[in-house]
Amino acid sequence: MFGKLSLDSIPFHEPIIMVTVAAIALGGAIVVGLITYYRKWAYLWTDWVTSIDHKKIGVMYFLVALVMLVRGFADAIMMRTQQALAAGGAEGYLPPHHFDQIFTAHGVIMIFFVAMPMVIGLMNLVVPLQIGARDVAFPFMNNLSFWLFAVGMILVNLSLFIGEFAKTGWLAYAPLSELRYSPDVGVDYWIWALQLSGIGTTLTGINFFVTILKMRTKGMTLFRMPIFTWTAFCTNVLIILSFPILTVTIALLTLDRYLGMHFFTNDMGGSQMMYVNLIWAWGHPEVYILILPAFGVFSEVIATFTKKRLFGYKTMVWATAAITVLSFIVWLHHFFTMGAGANVNAFFGIMTMIIAIPTGVKIFNWLFTMYRGRIQFTTPVLWTIGFIITFTLGGMTGVMLAVPGANFVLHNSLFVIAHFHNVIIGGVVFGMMAGFTYWFPKAFGFTLSEKWGKRSFWCWLIGFYVAFMPLYALSFFGAMRRMQSYEQSEWQPLMIVAWFGAVIIACGIACIVIQLVVSIRDRDKNRDLTGDPWDARTLEWSTSSPPPNYNFAYLPDVASIDSYWEMKQQPGGFKRELATKFEDIHMPKNTAEGPIMSLFALFFGFALIWHIWWLVGLGAIGMFVTFMFRIFNNDTDYHVSAAEVEKTEREYHKRLEMQA
Amino acid sequence: MDPTGQVGQGLKSLIITAFGLMLIVVIPVIVMTILFAWKYRGTNLAAKYTPNWEHSNIIEVFVWAIPCVIIFFLAVLTWQTSHTFDPHKPIASEDETMTIDAISLDWKWLFVYPEEGIATVNELAIPVDTPVHFRVTSGTVMNSFMVPTLGSQIYAMAGMANDVYLEGNETGTFRGRSTHYSGEGFSEMLFDTHVTSDADFQAWVDKVKQSPETMTFPDDYDKLAKPSIANPVEYFSQVSPDFYGDLIKSYKAGHGGTDSHDEHNEARESSMPMSAQAAE
Repeated sequence: MFGKLSLDSIPFHEPIIMVTVAAIALGGAIVVGLITYYRKWAYLWTDWVTSIDHKKIGVMYFLVALVMLVRGFADAIMMRTQQALAAGGAEGYLPPHHFDQIFTAHGVIMIFFVAMPMVIGLMNLVVPLQIGARDVAFPFMNNLSFWLFAVGMILVNLSLFIGEFAKTGWLAYAPLSELRYSPDVGVDYWIWALQLSGIGTTLTGINFFVTILKMRTKGMTLFRMPIFTWTAFCTNVLIILSFPILTVTIALLTLDRYLGMHFFTNDMGGSQMMYVNLIWAWGHPEVYILILPAFGVFSEVIATFTKKRLFGYKTMVWATAAITVLSFIVWLHHFFTMGAGANVNAFFGIMTMIIAIPTGVKIFNWLFTMYRGRIQFTTPVLWTIGFIITFTLGGMTGVMLAVPGANFVLHNSLFVIAHFHNVIIGGVVFGMMAGFTYWFPKAFGFTLSEKWGKRSFWCWLIGFYVAFMPLYALSFFGAMRRMQSYEQSEWQPLMIVAWFGAVIIACGIACIVIQLVVSIRDRDKNRDLTGDPWDARTLEWSTSSPPPNYNFAYLPDVASIDSYWEMKQQPGGFKRELATKFEDIHMPKNTAEGPIMSLFALFFGFALIWHIWWLVGLGAIGMFVTFMFRIFNNDTDYHVSAAEVEKTEREYHKRLEMQA
Repeated sequence: MDPTGQVGQGLKSLIITAFGLMLIVVIPVIVMTILFAWKYRGTNLAAKYTPNWEHSNIIEVFVWAIPCVIIFFLAVLTWQTSHTFDPHKPIASEDETMTIDAISLDWKWLFVYPEEGIATVNELAIPVDTPVHFRVTSGTVMNSFMVPTLGSQIYAMAGMANDVYLEGNETGTFRGRSTHYSGEGFSEMLFDTHVTSDADFQAWVDKVKQSPETMTFPDDYDKLAKPSIANPVEYFSQVSPDFYGDLIKSYKAGHGGTDSHDEHNEARESSMPMSAQAAE
């Protein structure tokens, strides 16, 4: 009846897990209680769960990402604590069985369920507004993408207290992830969490690719698009080209595990080298999927707050495009030590270094945007300057790793860990936090507390250096990654310093939470009625904050880069005047099919993990029937009447006048 | 940090060279960032302000040319060193190269000396100043064979014949390990490497030859291959001829056939008490 699932699957004997579960259950109960008490279920369902509004979907992505950041960070500080303790024969407090799950979960969560939703969340919120569109090309698909992503996130979290997670490292290298070496459900959780959320990501990629190509407003040629939209475009190209590789690779591993096939097994002709090649053929573009939008954020932030045009717009675009192409021909640098010949290693090493050229050019362009500007040191600018310095160092260690000879001794060591946290924290996290602070007022109509934002920045910046510089140093003494314990007690002092760095980062995360609480409390003081709190340059700031669900009463007409800034520079400036005549606006309707399909997908994935075959069937049929229901449902759109648009716009202008 | 093998020393100077080359661009970027941020701060109204300045051919040329030049030098360096330090390239030496097979198991290393006809677990001895051809494979999941002080690491993969040439140029005892995560006992997958004089090496070989244990394929091997954590050092006075070749060949046919999944799982579970012992 329940396949492999039984009461024994719940780890009652692990006090750390049980306390965590109890805390989550308590927190969940409080949230559910509050929602019920304030009678907000219907509001949640109609305004959020079933919403196809790209702005709300963007907010939901980012909210999930922030929650998962806490979970992923909890894993991180547990690892740091273990390594600060387990020196010179000491075993620490985490046995390998638990430690190995934690570093796997940390990697999976931080990449797939923190960095990805932050990037996709910002794209959702910003891209349609920047290109002057009223929604994305496929609104239903957007909602479905989010909920499929949420299913993956739920599966990863279920593994905490039903069964266990993979003990394989975040990429689940075969043959360790094969049934023979990982017979438990951990790898199956990994498979279905990534497979389902990966489908959501692929759909998002297609959705935004089409949106950016087909839904730009009048006059917005490709070379007038804001730079964030350009980077989002390149990211979606990468998603479309690379995520199918991940899907197929995981599918082949699934066939090995479920049907006894031999794609990646040791014997019967399986090839683990094929697995490693395939996973990195996706994995390397993946890191550019994350970093390109961060580059876009920095470009927007630096131009806005230096009150100056972005230096070298065209160069930026071409550099982004070059990185997009090059990111597909460097994957072998993740395994120079596999034993390929010198020519192959040298080729991939040199290709990797060539990526440093367009990246270096971008950095110089940001510097020359600052040059002869009037820099306002707001929180987003601090994140940007912190990024430029930190990322440059991370790029340097990356190029060092790209020299095959150097890689032969640095590979698998803490140098690699320090390097990619250097670029992912210094690049992606800093970028997403800059974007979060920058666009938050667009989503909610009030600005975030600068004081707590800056505190968060300093904690993250200092915490990063304290946590990861010791790891660079330790790698030169031979410290490897993924060690549950180590015999050299002389490493312990630096491990304790690294632990302290993680504590400082914890303060940075706490500051973000406090920043949100304080800003929501003081929202009336920080209210922005104009829709343009930063005196910014791109179209999203020309509409109200938060924008009406149709974004623009009239679609804007664009004649240049930084079109909104140019409008403001016209004689007389940009007037937020009320139009005299309004038109009906064609909009998509909210839909329950996305969340319902995803609920069945959750049953489907969970049942496959535990081999509950009847539930697999139920989930599959449920998904199919819901999908058919959607296909034959013609009631998917409506018109916002001209009268209603006029009413909304009049209210907005009344607020503006009152402020004036 | 302190390599004692010529490969390791070469790689150390390579890392330092690459690091130095990149500082040429990294240091100016960091200095410029801080300088520009300070000079063009919003409150400094004396600084020049050009809100519409967005392009300069001269700057564009420089920002492309400088990274290009540095990457050009790094690329040349990369091409040359990839060939000089190709792990598969024999080390030129007056001494004859000796062969040792390094085989990763769950979670220990089996070293076979085909020329001496002996084998050991978790202990390696090599004569000083003699190039060694390590033939590297795995009897389990992927691992990576590395003695940091000697130099390069190389992956150990079941059914695959990989190799790396290394040489110890100072006598002493150095730690070696698997650097590639391979499961529960990975952290303790360590071994001592004794780099010794020729005479001491011969004495060590003679000591190993005293052992009553033998290492035949597949019988003795299958027993050894069962998972264990922090396995003690073991000596084997005899090995099957072409042990290494037979092990690799066995995967062509489906080595998984000799023990079923269930048995392997049992074996993995039975390793748990051993890990507890190791902890004590």
